[in-house]
Amino acid sequence: MNIFLVLTFSGVALGAIYFLAASGLSLIYGLMDVLNFAHGLFMTLGAYAGYEIATRLPTSLGAPTLVILAIIGATLFGGLAAGVTELILIRPLYGKPISQILITIGLDLAVVGLLMGGFGSTALQIPVPLWLVEPTHLGGLFLPNANFLAIGAGVIVLIGLELFLALTRYGIIIRAGVENREMVRALGIDVGRAFTLVFVIGGAMAGLGGILYTIVFSGDLVSPNQGDSLLIFAFIVVVIGGLGSIRGSAVAALTVGLLQQYTSFYIGGHSGWAQIGDLSTVLLLAVVLELRPRGLFGRVA
Amino acid sequence: MTDSSGPRSFALHVRDLGFRVGGADILSEIDLEIEEGSFLGIIGPNGAGKTTFLNLMSGLLKPTSGTVELFGRDLASVSTSGRARLGVGRTFQTSSLFNSLSVLENARISAQARLGGNMKLWRRPRAGDEATAAAESALEEVGLSGLAHQITGALSHGDKRKLELAILLAAQARVLLLDEPMAGVNTEDVPLLTALIDRLHSEGRTVLMVEHHMAVIVGLAQKVAVLDFGRLLACGEPEEVMANETVQAAYLGEPL
Repeated sequence: MNIFLVLTFSGVALGAIYFLAASGLSLIYGLMDVLNFAHGLFMTLGAYAGYEIATRLPTSLGAPTLVILAIIGATLFGGLAAGVTELILIRPLYGKPISQILITIGLDLAVVGLLMGGFGSTALQIPVPLWLVEPTHLGGLFLPNANFLAIGAGVIVLIGLELFLALTRYGIIIRAGVENREMVRALGIDVGRAFTLVFVIGGAMAGLGGILYTIVFSGDLVSPNQGDSLLIFAFIVVVIGGLGSIRGSAVAALTVGLLQQYTSFYIGGHSGWAQIGDLSTVLLLAVVLELRPRGLFGRVA
Repeated sequence: MTDSSGPRSFALHVRDLGFRVGGADILSEIDLEIEEGSFLGIIGPNGAGKTTFLNLMSGLLKPTSGTVELFGRDLASVSTSGRARLGVGRTFQTSSLFNSLSVLENARISAQARLGGNMKLWRRPRAGDEATAAAESALEEVGLSGLAHQITGALSHGDKRKLELAILLAAQARVLLLDEPMAGVNTEDVPLLTALIDRLHSEGRTVLMVEHHMAVIVGLAQKVAVLDFGRLLACGEPEEVMANETVQAAYLGEPL
């Protein structure tokens, strides 16, 4: 039972990271029909920006301050990278989905290559405060503190995003645009600005997700391919949740995170077949697509 | 339709308008002068080019020949959204509402578009209230205030049509392009919508309406233009046009 609860806790934390990656991907696809294969890159860039901040600033600031600055910096840098990508590479290619896919894949390969050249292909360690490495003793359970960080960030982003979409003038335009972009344009609204904004928001969440993945699940290590390996799960979450739906992404991210943790422990742990966790998410995707092709919360295609 | 008393104020001035697709003329040689504040009904058999004509006015399609002027301004290089800002409002045959948004939000987004500065990070603090106020008063005018917070997808056909008109009001459109506003509406809602459109017109707006309901056309329109196979067959007072033999021949087999 205790193991089940600990697995649940880390599954929710993993789900929170998937949500950070998937919600931006989902909004970008929902509003612009862009399959952004560079989204994993934004996660990686966030993690490297965090690494640079945490290692270059004077250690006299203290580990807690450094890690907070690294997280903020990762978020900002992810947003910046995504905004520049939209303006320079995606903008000239609206309405050409194949070109967009190729250019985002190309960008990902090129920049990951540059990162390997600049930082080396081996993983780099981010210094974190001891508190993040230690567990909290709660009701007979030892819960990793880092998991609280991921869950907290996921919840704050989910609530913030929902409020932003529900209450602000940008939010109305984005929701309307996800439903019918052409109609928003016909009203006389510059949808292009909304596109850039959604890219920036999506990239910022990806950057945040990237640095949190490093801290929570990869032993504070940053590596050039970390974002790309998360991207596949982010896509699975987006499709299960329904394209363009934030709530769908949240539910699907939790489901995928939990399923992955349970199966890799209960099945993978006993049989030694570690990949069963990853495989189970793909099977879940297949089942959802069979029963409900537009995803859990998707609009009617 | 030519005018000898010097320049008059035309809401829309269409000259020698044509639209070709792959060698086929969808519309050709259309000349129309639509005075500000007038009401033009557009009729014609299916496939005559009525919706194409509205699309050319709203900018969804670009003409392959001829010109369109809005209040004396050439529209050739003005985009759909630019035309919306100049006061052209458009409804569609099949509803063009945002079904996942609330009724109020649908009206609000169009008021937002008119007030501008949508995606600016900073703007006048009151603009948000202004958009909401404009949306609320537009809903009140069409009688949808009570449904303001409903999800639009759940509305009846008639209420959706009313909301489309409210959106044009919130956008402060001066030229309304209505594409079959009675399509899919219950018979009992038709007089209500007719009265509503009549009021919007009597408040000084210019209206172009494509409609199959002849009673609605005759009741509302000051002039009727008849399109057939992409050509303007006749244009004049409703009674005069209905009596026209060519028009009757074009409509042979269809109820007039």
